[in-house]
Amino acid sequence: MSAAGRGREGEWALSFHAIIFWALAAMTIVPAIGIVVSKNIVHMAFWLLGTLLGVAGLYLHMEADFLGMTQVFVYIGGINVLLLFGIMLTNREPLYVRAAVKRPAIASAVLLGVVVAVGLIQSFGATEWHTVKDAVAPGLADASAKAVVNGDGTAATLGTYLLSDYILPFEIVSILLLVVLVGAAYIARRDPEGGSA
Amino acid sequence: MESYFTFVSSVLGFEPTSLLGFVGAIAVWAVPITAFVSVVGLVSIWLERKISAHIQCRVGPMEVGPHGALQTLADGIKLLGKEDLVPAQADRILFGLAPMLVFASTFVGFAVIPFSQKAVIADLNLGIFFLAAVGSLEAIGVVMAGWSSNNKWSLFGAIRAATQVVSYEIPLGLSLLAVVVVAGSMSLNDITQAQSGWVWNWFLFRNPFMWAVFLIYFIASLAECKRAPFDLPEAESELVSGFHTEYSGMRFAIFFLAEYGAMYIVSAIAVVLFFGGWYTGIPFLDHISGSIGGTTGVVVENLIGAGTIIVKSFLLICVQMWIRWTLPRIRLDQMMDLCLKYLLPFSLVLLVAVSLWQAFQGPIDGGNSVMGMIMLAATVASLIWMRRLAGRVSKASALRRELPVVKTGL
Amino acid sequence: MGTEAYLIVASLLFLIGASGFLLRRNLLVMFMSIELMLNGAALLFVTFARHWNRMDGQIFVFFIIALAAAEAAVGLSILIAIFRLKHRVNADELSELKG
Repeated sequence: MSAAGRGREGEWALSFHAIIFWALAAMTIVPAIGIVVSKNIVHMAFWLLGTLLGVAGLYLHMEADFLGMTQVFVYIGGINVLLLFGIMLTNREPLYVRAAVKRPAIASAVLLGVVVAVGLIQSFGATEWHTVKDAVAPGLADASAKAVVNGDGTAATLGTYLLSDYILPFEIVSILLLVVLVGAAYIARRDPEGGSA
Repeated sequence: MESYFTFVSSVLGFEPTSLLGFVGAIAVWAVPITAFVSVVGLVSIWLERKISAHIQCRVGPMEVGPHGALQTLADGIKLLGKEDLVPAQADRILFGLAPMLVFASTFVGFAVIPFSQKAVIADLNLGIFFLAAVGSLEAIGVVMAGWSSNNKWSLFGAIRAATQVVSYEIPLGLSLLAVVVVAGSMSLNDITQAQSGWVWNWFLFRNPFMWAVFLIYFIASLAECKRAPFDLPEAESELVSGFHTEYSGMRFAIFFLAEYGAMYIVSAIAVVLFFGGWYTGIPFLDHISGSIGGTTGVVVENLIGAGTIIVKSFLLICVQMWIRWTLPRIRLDQMMDLCLKYLLPFSLVLLVAVSLWQAFQGPIDGGNSVMGMIMLAATVASLIWMRRLAGRVSKASALRRELPVVKTGL
Repeated sequence: MGTEAYLIVASLLFLIGASGFLLRRNLLVMFMSIELMLNGAALLFVTFARHWNRMDGQIFVFFIIALAAAEAAVGLSILIAIFRLKHRVNADELSELKG
């Protein structure tokens, strides 16, 4: 169970929604811890699958349906498989990762993590988000977001945004992907002359 | 909270009031899907045996049931009774998890596959995208199975499967996208309804590029299902049986069932995207509720729809089997060449062509029907021509080898 | 569910990723930790998109996913190139440029 789950559970009614949320949160956080503490690198890649699925579930839970499915399609179908591929191509014999880090480094990393975690959770918990919402921007919600609430899904709205307000970043990302395609193929290819790449 | 409840209650027709009700509602739908997947598996395994037998001039299973129809059931019972073997050095947890993951990715897909206008469990407005997304989960399950078996053949099979599935996902996705451009929706229900009316309204005949799109989809889906000629991941002559070499008993049965379930899913998607889904292509039959009226009419209409889509899907499954027992397996480099050098560029060009056609031809009144009739006539003519050509070739080769002309019935 | 709960999950995810990045020296594990951090950030974006009832956050997540895919492709091909040279993928051993 996630650390965030303890203590706060009483404050929210243990509704159906909350059960789903905590299940998804646990599904996200527990495998994430698994990645950091596991010794077997293939296990880590499968733990990552759990985290990615959990995050996709959280997206769906927040009614970002298109993003949730993109997460599954791109992250799990693409990146995670690619990662497993990398593991199986680069780790010949021992699939075990040795802990080469010195003890002070571990201690300082854990300490840093805990301090920042406590600080963040404290500040997130202390902020009255709904008060902020009403005070800062009462008219911020735009009409297109209503479609989401009505259950029409986010795909149409996202598409309209991508090809109107966000057309420049969209094009930049598409050029970036093209460059990446060429670059990755170039870096990973074997040198035809047989020398070192 | 509302989203889940509205979703479930819209599916069920009543409102589950508690968590227990929600879980119960899920179970209400999970049971029929499980039953349907099993029946699809049983029927298609029987079909596969019969078709392969007849292609090879054998009779296939004949003992259990009429024409061996219950042979698969008997084999299933045998598999149930087998010992559950786990290799000594295997990763036990992942070894057990892998078949479940593979089966789940197929099983979840059945939730959005429509049987008729009303008989669909979840009519998501991202239906196609959902299917593509959960389909990609299967690759992970296969890699998991191959790695956890701790067997080099399994691992080779798994790596081949991952390469193949990741590569062929791209032409597959692009061909789905071409249909989405024509239909203007990603919901399987909307896509089907855009094809109502006569046969020439089916998307296959909508414009001159759709046949090519369908062929790319079909080839890519063969690769996604790891069917011959793309059965490199389980190549019997090279890798024993690939990623499921070490699996036996029930776990093997689950892999097998998932494979045949996936075949049904890709065929059903093809039917929905290109062959008019649950429409028979005869407007009178498709809207029979208008002439019968009342609840009976609706029930009859939906039954006709369900029968139509299941029959069409099984016809496509038969084509997949026909291909499997006709073509030899391709090599790994040929597999990658086919995807990256042919299917991928062609599907990109087709996507652009379909979009342009849609932009210029789409708005013309009745243009779609005229185009559809022309395309339908061209299709029928080319099929007849190909049939005659094939007959001439087989007769010529039979004469040359002094063999009798074999009629396979396909 | 309130916005806070999502924020806490997202920040935990980010912190786990960050500490994993600091603790592990294998390039693949570091790569996975980066993915965790990206996912944490993306979750924050979606949370605030829902909180303000605007779509901009979701569009950023879209770009994050595209960038993550690009990063995976280039990162893994660099990894394979390094492996060809050194037969190791440990970040601490790639220290030949320190003069």
